[in-house]
Amino acid sequence: MSDQGLVVLDQVNKRFGDHHVLRDVELSVRRGEVVVIIGPSGAGKSTLCRAINRLETIDSGTITIDGTPLPEEGRQLARLRAEVGMVFQSFNLFAHKTVLENVVLGQVHVLKKSRADAEKKAYELLERVGIGGQAGKFPAQLSGGQQQRVAIARALAMEPKVLLFDEPTSALDPEMVNEVLEVMTALAREGMTMVVVTHEMGFARRAADRVVFMADGEIVEQNAPDDFFGTPRSERAKSFLAKILTH
Amino acid sequence: MDALLLEWDTVVAAFWMTVRLTAVSALGSLVLGTLLTAMRVAPLATLRRTAGVYVAVARNTPLTLVLLFTGLGVGANLGVELSSDIATNNFWLACIGLTAYTSAFVCEALRAGINTVPVGQAEAARSLGLGFLQTLGLITLPQAFRAVIAPLGGILIALTKNTTIALVVGVSEASVRMREMIETYGDQVMQIFLGFAAGFVLLCLPMGLLFGWLSRRLAVAR
Repeated sequence: MSDQGLVVLDQVNKRFGDHHVLRDVELSVRRGEVVVIIGPSGAGKSTLCRAINRLETIDSGTITIDGTPLPEEGRQLARLRAEVGMVFQSFNLFAHKTVLENVVLGQVHVLKKSRADAEKKAYELLERVGIGGQAGKFPAQLSGGQQQRVAIARALAMEPKVLLFDEPTSALDPEMVNEVLEVMTALAREGMTMVVVTHEMGFARRAADRVVFMADGEIVEQNAPDDFFGTPRSERAKSFLAKILTH
Repeated sequence: MDALLLEWDTVVAAFWMTVRLTAVSALGSLVLGTLLTAMRVAPLATLRRTAGVYVAVARNTPLTLVLLFTGLGVGANLGVELSSDIATNNFWLACIGLTAYTSAFVCEALRAGINTVPVGQAEAARSLGLGFLQTLGLITLPQAFRAVIAPLGGILIALTKNTTIALVVGVSEASVRMREMIETYGDQVMQIFLGFAAGFVLLCLPMGLLFGWLSRRLAVAR
């Protein structure tokens, strides 16, 4: 393939029973690009995001990460997943491990780094997301916003080629949304390749290189944020934006 | 109380046998039960089915039958000899039978424990690039164990009492000695009986307390 996209989805389809959740999805994400996926609930945004590291299987089509098609199972899949970071809506920090352990674990067991190196990197990353002082605590002792920042540090510790965010602020209390978005905006500025499913339109305007609008399992339109929010072309995008931007 | 005092050494030796049977079988059951649990959640359908059938058979067969099978079937008929000393041989056969039976219950408890671990925990582990066994060993099983410590304690107590059935393979644990003593000291049946019952209560009560304390201490906060 001559396409130099880092993440390339080609003719991706998925059904849950009768429900066609992804319809012929075509998407190519360049290195360093920040793609924000928005759309009404049930549009298939999260499924698309989760399909990129095969937490959801797809029925047809291909997904390629840095030129390598996603393997079906086993060791190759694990290796590829290590290169694709994932941040979940519900944080999913390992509940029985300390904050430090959460960030160290993958480095030691997947990247086979020494414990000392892994801890050094973990402290750096925790400092970077503003949780340096909480390394010894357990996830349940932190606020939602803090937990999500730890989750971002955990994903960054693997030095992924691309980071996927599946509605990272949807489970947060309003006053904690910004602390997470600030970390994400900083990452975007530093050139991290990101695919972000979100309802935060402010973040999309501020940090995205491209906004992808999905509805009913399809990519309806995609454009630079200013163009998309200023002059949406499709009726569905217009009506979606009208509903969310009026209040 | 004369009989119990006169035969004190025998009583202690009998309960020591009970403790040894319990300890070895508990360890064996924990290992085999964990292995069975891993098989039951494995990606390979054959492994899942094999473990499922094993658990169904072991859990629904009376322990007396299981122990008779290991003693008469495996030991006498198939001629499996684990030691040239007959008492030691019987001991190991009893441990195998108790382990085969109890591990099915450990597996069921652990599987219930796995169900308490949110799916997101395994998803997060796999998205870091951890394989199936790493995810199970580092993330899912440790949390599952912590969730079912109290039921595992219950299984251990049941196992302790179940060791009395080892008499069918000729292991002289507490209940065998009790029957022998009742035959010798026919006038003190009640005292002997109460003495041995107290012995079991003394063994099992601390286990229940310990596991209750552990389960509170090791609970995973979510």
